[in-house]
Amino acid sequence: MDTREKDIEKLKDYKYGFTTDIENIKAPKGLKEDVIKFISNIKKEPQWMLDFRLKAFERLKLLKEPNWQKPKYPKINYQDLYYYSAPKSMKDKPKSLDELDPKLLETYKKLGIPLQEQARLNGIAVDAVFDSVSVATTFKGELTKHGIIFCSMSEAIQKHPDLVKKYLGTVIPVTDHFFATLNSAVFTDGSFVYIPEGVKCPMELSTYFRINASETGQFERTLIIADKGSYVSYLEGCTAPMRDENQLHAANVELIALDDAEIKYSTVQNWYPGDENGKGGIYNFVTKRGLCKGKNSKISWTQVETGSAITWKYPSCILKGDNSIGEFYSIAITNNHQKADTGTKMIHLGKNTKSKIISKGISAGFSDMTYRGLVDINSKAKNSSNYTQCDSLLMGNKCGAHTVPYIKNKNFDSNIAHEATTSKISEEQLHYCQQRGLNPEEAVGLIVNGFCKEVLQQLPMEFAVEAQKLVGISLEGSVG
Amino acid sequence: MSEQLQSDFEKLVKTSKFSNEEIQFKKNFLNNFIEKGFPNRKQEDWKFLDISQIIKKSISDLSFFNDYSQSNKIDPSIFIDGLEHNKIIFINGRIEKIDFNFEDQKKIEIIDEAKNDISFDNENSLIDLNSAFTDKVFKILIKKNYTLKKPLIIYHSTNDKIKSTNINLRLDFDLGENSCLKLIDYFGNSTAKNFINIFYNFNLEKDSILKNYKIDKFRNNNLRYSFNNIEQGHNSVSETFILSAGSDYFKNEINCNLNGEYSSAFINGIFSLKENQQHEIRTTINHLVENTKSHQLIKSVLGKNSKSAYQGRIFVNSKAQKTDGYQLSKAILLDETSEFNAKPELEIYADDVKCSHGSASGSLDENSIFYLMSRGLNYQQSKELLINGFLMDVVEKITDLEIKNLIINIFGLKQ
Repeated sequence: MDTREKDIEKLKDYKYGFTTDIENIKAPKGLKEDVIKFISNIKKEPQWMLDFRLKAFERLKLLKEPNWQKPKYPKINYQDLYYYSAPKSMKDKPKSLDELDPKLLETYKKLGIPLQEQARLNGIAVDAVFDSVSVATTFKGELTKHGIIFCSMSEAIQKHPDLVKKYLGTVIPVTDHFFATLNSAVFTDGSFVYIPEGVKCPMELSTYFRINASETGQFERTLIIADKGSYVSYLEGCTAPMRDENQLHAANVELIALDDAEIKYSTVQNWYPGDENGKGGIYNFVTKRGLCKGKNSKISWTQVETGSAITWKYPSCILKGDNSIGEFYSIAITNNHQKADTGTKMIHLGKNTKSKIISKGISAGFSDMTYRGLVDINSKAKNSSNYTQCDSLLMGNKCGAHTVPYIKNKNFDSNIAHEATTSKISEEQLHYCQQRGLNPEEAVGLIVNGFCKEVLQQLPMEFAVEAQKLVGISLEGSVG
Repeated sequence: MSEQLQSDFEKLVKTSKFSNEEIQFKKNFLNNFIEKGFPNRKQEDWKFLDISQIIKKSISDLSFFNDYSQSNKIDPSIFIDGLEHNKIIFINGRIEKIDFNFEDQKKIEIIDEAKNDISFDNENSLIDLNSAFTDKVFKILIKKNYTLKKPLIIYHSTNDKIKSTNINLRLDFDLGENSCLKLIDYFGNSTAKNFINIFYNFNLEKDSILKNYKIDKFRNNNLRYSFNNIEQGHNSVSETFILSAGSDYFKNEINCNLNGEYSSAFINGIFSLKENQQHEIRTTINHLVENTKSHQLIKSVLGKNSKSAYQGRIFVNSKAQKTDGYQLSKAILLDETSEFNAKPELEIYADDVKCSHGSASGSLDENSIFYLMSRGLNYQQSKELLINGFLMDVVEKITDLEIKNLIINIFGLKQ
């Protein structure tokens, strides 16, 4: 076996599949008012936060789980889940990284995010979320100098209640759909970012999510506010251990961009996808929504979706401010028995708003992938435009690729253009590459990377390399 | 509504000569319809234009009863001049005349029976409604190797005897091996508000050709729904052209199953709408075997307060390698109040396929208008010229020269 084959052998397994043996504090199982009070209590939340949760819970009782999506899944028993799980040592929160449980640090090292080293070396500020709580945030000092707030959600609720109160739930209201409302009721932690007026955030902010405990749902909530004229680039990465059962991940992410502000949100999602036979894996049902509230604001979503048994999410932009811009770049790769139903919504409300959607889907094995998107240009959104391109690549005839765009144009000044293609890698391309000495796997890797290039270019440097590797790994074994 | 449906159904049974078996058969469909009701926006296929609301709004007291025992006088002024053709005349929900004068009578067979099953899985409640209340179902068989000499025109008209009524029509066509039929649906401009529900079933055997044209040009206040189910065998071709411009509401649904290899389906459509008109085309093309082809082109020109929707779905079975599927929808919005909705859908389970769709909507290109005006046309003329060209593109797709010219004349396009 030559080294390359060995490498492949090594990569074939999900390398983040380990578990960390750590004592946990868990809330009692089940979805009840008591559990919500328990979560709120253990986090020492103020009354208004508890009211917010309870209001969502009341609403949740009236809602039914949606079932219009393409990938169907067995019914989730919401009473049989833990809604809160935290490493025991976190109870008395460490003041600095030195006090952190060494086992936790070890875990993050395995994941490729050595928090301590990172604090010194490459200038990315990381907020690490382990199961239900945020365990560490790096680079605090540097950020505080600029007046940037980057901390865990729980900390923000304690220290910056005004900001949280003002913006939380304004983009994704508690009365939204089932999973968003569930999150509003039981969310545990997440990241909070506030960029003050006129500040360009000097480094990439990053969060790493990990589900460790079994039978636990992860419900994190992220809120990013970019005040007038500011800029921030935010990265998100996710992994989980290998388990036979399916785990639920229902996060809410809210972005708010005020006048002239820009938010760039990148995700590399690599939750455990289940084994080759489709056993286990994460259900990734996430609600992500950005509001371009001010004039000339911009929100850009970039996602590389390679993990999860089922991915079901639509990062959206509400273009409310005049001249605001929404962008969505996505690569979704499904292999084996993975299923994905993903896309975006661009809702044009303000004048001269522009949006761009580039979506690349690759399905292999027995997987099924759907692009579902909405472009809605309101009658008041004069002179707006949208461009959508979604391409799918199929490998083998056991998989499926679907495109379901909804296009609504209510404004005669506005233009919408939509294009979609579905094809396979052509024999000519493969032949060409092989003739020049690449083996079939390498050839496919090269072609797929070219196919995804438009999206990969949008990722920040550090992520682009990781994502490119991920694209290669996810498709191992699908050629032939 | 269910009481009225029951009582109207009783009246229908009394006035017509159905056998007991037929009545029982119809009753099942009636019960299905009562259970489901008119489709509404909660159903994915009816998301853009909600027929139950539209009927409620425009026809307050819809009656389902239609007296099939009395015949209606045929008004020859509705006939199309200058084109020799065979006729089926359908007035007030009743087929008054079937006339194949130009053809070899031995090659065409007409069977009528009220009991006629539905060959596919039906979830559409309007098909149930149709099956419950329709009169005799005629089946037209075209024998092997016969090409009709002249096109067949089906005249759809109503007179002032009928108002606020639901009218149902069903016709089945069976095209034998290597046969060819040219069919034109010609919708009249009677003004009374009726809800007209048309259901056609086509079975295309090996090598047969169907050319299916629908002309709804003259402004009228009727609400129409038309469902065409087309089953295609080996190397058969179906061509459908829809001119959707006259009625208040018109939804055309084409469901096409490409069951035989090398079969192909072409669907082209024009929406030309103004003043509160709401039209929709929904197509489903099922590529079920290898080497099949489909091509769709839909264009809309939307005036004041009008709304058009296009839902196109291409399904490719995992067996259907070498499929070629294409969809394009384009719309020009002329007014602030016009609205265009599209949902072009691809559902693909085979890898060696070439499928794509495109959709574009917007206003007329100001640069093109400027170009024409700088060459001496006024604003209105430039606009008309651009729209003319935009729509001619679709009309050019019509493969039958005679009918193409007829449609150009009816529609008033310039060549």
